[in-house]
Amino acid sequence: MEVFGYQFMQNAILAAFLGGIACATIGVFVVLMHLPFIGVAMAHAAFAGALLGLWLGFDPLIGALVFSLAAAAVIGPLADRGELSPDTSLGVIFSLMLGLAFLFLGLMPGTKSSALTLLWGSILTNTRGDVLLLGVVAVVVLGLVMVFYKEIQATVFNRGIAQAVGLPATLILYGVLFLTGATVTASLRSIGGLLIFSLILNPAAAAYQLTYSMKKMFLLAATFGVLSGWTGLLVSYVFDLPSGATIVIVSSVIFMLAAAFSPKRRAKSLPAGGAGK
Amino acid sequence: MNGPAVELQDVVVSYRDNLALRGVTLKVESGEFVGVIGPNGAGKTTLLSVIDGLTRLARGRVIVLGHEVGRNDGRALRRRVGYVAQAQSIDRRMPMNVREVVMLGRYGILGLFHRPGSADWAIVDDVLELVGMAPLAGRPIGHLSGGEQQRVAIARCLAQKPDLFLLDEPTAALDWRAQRELLDLVRKVHDSSRLTTLFVTHDLSAVPATCDRIVLMKQGRIVDDGAPAALLTSETLSRLFDVPVAAVAGRRTPAD
Repeated sequence: MEVFGYQFMQNAILAAFLGGIACATIGVFVVLMHLPFIGVAMAHAAFAGALLGLWLGFDPLIGALVFSLAAAAVIGPLADRGELSPDTSLGVIFSLMLGLAFLFLGLMPGTKSSALTLLWGSILTNTRGDVLLLGVVAVVVLGLVMVFYKEIQATVFNRGIAQAVGLPATLILYGVLFLTGATVTASLRSIGGLLIFSLILNPAAAAYQLTYSMKKMFLLAATFGVLSGWTGLLVSYVFDLPSGATIVIVSSVIFMLAAAFSPKRRAKSLPAGGAGK
Repeated sequence: MNGPAVELQDVVVSYRDNLALRGVTLKVESGEFVGVIGPNGAGKTTLLSVIDGLTRLARGRVIVLGHEVGRNDGRALRRRVGYVAQAQSIDRRMPMNVREVVMLGRYGILGLFHRPGSADWAIVDDVLELVGMAPLAGRPIGHLSGGEQQRVAIARCLAQKPDLFLLDEPTAALDWRAQRELLDLVRKVHDSSRLTTLFVTHDLSAVPATCDRIVLMKQGRIVDDGAPAALLTSETLSRLFDVPVAAVAGRRTPAD
């Protein structure tokens, strides 16, 4: 129990809490707006940008943010036009970002431990600065969701309808992409570029299995995100395992349990005419 | 509001190499119920999206509810226009119920930083009653049939308290019975409120019997415009759809 008195563990616990909430909240958008491949492409873009920063000697988080926003700027119009399926364009961006990431990794002189830390994360070495950044992003994400909840709810349900009733649906789409980039950037040091997207997707996907209320979905997703973080942290500490991977595996287990016990499983077997009669 | 509810003056719309509207001129008076009929690719959907301020004009002017479209952001206009699109498949697990979906219609009117109040929920419950969906108010939206979802879409539009009602192939993908019920509902809404209504369809059996006027479109142009009885003849429709007269006569259902 004395381990909880140490600064590094307190930072890790806070990072798991804040990161879990921010990632899960973003994850709700990703799941409901059917953006998983866009999110993956942005996560890899952030990773590539961070490695560029490490290679050239500037703050890797700035590189991460710039690259993920650039990816959003390219991908956003595709999403806007309804081309959300994992087609050639997304595949090219995805593979380009991954290729760039490993190119920068290869070109980097000296040891690559800092770079590899960004690949799979190191929540146990998070600094107060990392925690502060996660805190700011979590507050901004939650704040925007609460203030613009109805606009977000409408856009997430159907962008065409949101636009038809006079809401700024395109602005909200780009806002969601921007927040995804910011969340991915802030979480890079904790969870790592390769795994961050799973922490965004899994808690929200689990929540999606369990509720027909969007508000409850946000709350459940955040709960699962924090639970994944804390449980994964505890397990990784006790068994001396890589923390990022453990957190993500816990989030996957939570998803599998939610899917197995989902009350919505029956909904898939409803007749094509629906159950409205 | 003086003047027509909708006025298009020589409107041209192009999408890359394709001219979707080729010099369309049209006036719809306040309270009219206009049916727009034409084959696929006639420009019917583009017509509605132009009126709703969603499509840039290559040429011409569009004046809707007294305001010229395209001069500024179309969001203010769209808050006054109820738009029902074709029935779309909704994920059965979508976390929203019928009542919440209808409330979406009021979000544009409420504006930023304002949450729905009890008065807004009362409006939602009233329109659900009007469209006959009140018993399913708490049902997840993805659990409804196509016909029921379109009723909810109409309720959503009515919750906006619109000044103009646009329906784009709302009965497509519905079975015959759901189609009839929806057409009856649209007729009821129009008759009770005299809401200016434009109803677009390519399906002859889906033309509302109570249209005041029919506009025929083909290849981006209006080819005829007049009373339903005069225009909805087998010969006219045969020319419109490029099919033999006998085939058209077999597709048409008797008037209600």
